[in-house]
Amino acid sequence: MAILSVNLNVVSAEESLFSGSIESLQITGSEGELGIMPGHAPLLTSLKPGMARIVKKGGEEEIIYLSGGMLEVQPNNVTVLADSAIRGGDLDEEAALQAKERAEQHLNDHGGDVDYAEAASELARAVAQLRVIQASSK
Amino acid sequence: MAGGKEIKSKIGSVKNTQKITSAMEMVAASKMRRAQDSMAASRPYAENMRNVIGHIALGNLEFNHPYMVEREVKRVGYIVVSTDRGLCGGLNINLFKKVLADAGKQQSAGADVEFAVVGSKATAFFNNMGAKITSQISGLGDSPSLTDLIGSVKVMLNAYDNGDIDKLFVVYNKFVNTMTQKPTIDQLLPLPKSDDDAIKHRWDYIYEPDAQALLEQLLVRYTESQVYQGVVENLACEQAARMVAMKAATDNAGDLIDDLQLVYNKARQASITQELGEICAGAAAV
Repeated sequence: MAILSVNLNVVSAEESLFSGSIESLQITGSEGELGIMPGHAPLLTSLKPGMARIVKKGGEEEIIYLSGGMLEVQPNNVTVLADSAIRGGDLDEEAALQAKERAEQHLNDHGGDVDYAEAASELARAVAQLRVIQASSK
Repeated sequence: MAGGKEIKSKIGSVKNTQKITSAMEMVAASKMRRAQDSMAASRPYAENMRNVIGHIALGNLEFNHPYMVEREVKRVGYIVVSTDRGLCGGLNINLFKKVLADAGKQQSAGADVEFAVVGSKATAFFNNMGAKITSQISGLGDSPSLTDLIGSVKVMLNAYDNGDIDKLFVVYNKFVNTMTQKPTIDQLLPLPKSDDDAIKHRWDYIYEPDAQALLEQLLVRYTESQVYQGVVENLACEQAARMVAMKAATDNAGDLIDDLQLVYNKARQASITQELGEICAGAAAV
């Protein structure tokens, strides 16, 4: 018999965001998008800023923004250890847009004291947030 | 009247003490709420991290990190988390007793022990005992930050890397509820194995991008989160224990005042009775 659901825990340093049975999980790994289905082989990866799309048992979807972290997959258990995470519905589109503009300005600004890596990761976070907002408003 | 004035001033001083203890109780109660919130917030992360680490320790990994190898135990390190201030009942002393019992067991098995202490109470205690203290940190305040802790954790991790210690424990009070705080010793290194029976067969992870880099990153986060959680739990315990201790002190002061009041009233009544008797006797004589 095929395994139809797997247990998922999503926790950040501040709170526990999701805990329960799911049908599938779509998440942004450091090497690219990952789809986790029940019965996946053991996997350990780091996460990039991006979104986690959770399909709960019964087909209902939930979308969470992750700023990075680690993902561990066991055949019967999936754990997301996020650095910080926000539920899709709680994100602020205005603030994300502003952050994106600010980061882009920093990148285009050729002044000497701009930390390029800092600005680039800022931009990645803002873009990921906007993607989550788009996905959850659909 | 005999001793009335002395008793009165004694009552006054006990009342003053009672005021102080009841104020401390209320301060501890309000601080406890905040400490409890921050503890509850970071607990799921620490617990899930422990689970993941437990799985990793069980696995048959391609890259063997030094943190995963069980070595012969010659030296044992303890990170002891205590409070900075006293007046919190038996909280610290219960913890120290537990550490000493455990350390005694290690010593009788032929291993040396050393301590990294957090909080001034542990510093004083282990200094007094003449134990070997590798690092010490105190004055973390009511909202400890990870950056303050990293230094002393790092010292112990380096000692483990260099082979100076072969086992590392973190010792703290676990918050069960307001009335119960449980002294806890958790093994930090080498990684404690999970008791999940479902994954006992030989297996390895698929790694993205690279096993070594990933494990390094994960293990650093693991140790930090475990020690941080210990400190936060201990803080919640401290406030809860202080609240309970101060409540008991306030109640005891109340009892003491009642008793003294009774003695005072008796003394006053006795002197009145005596005066009456003297007046009656005087009147009869006339």
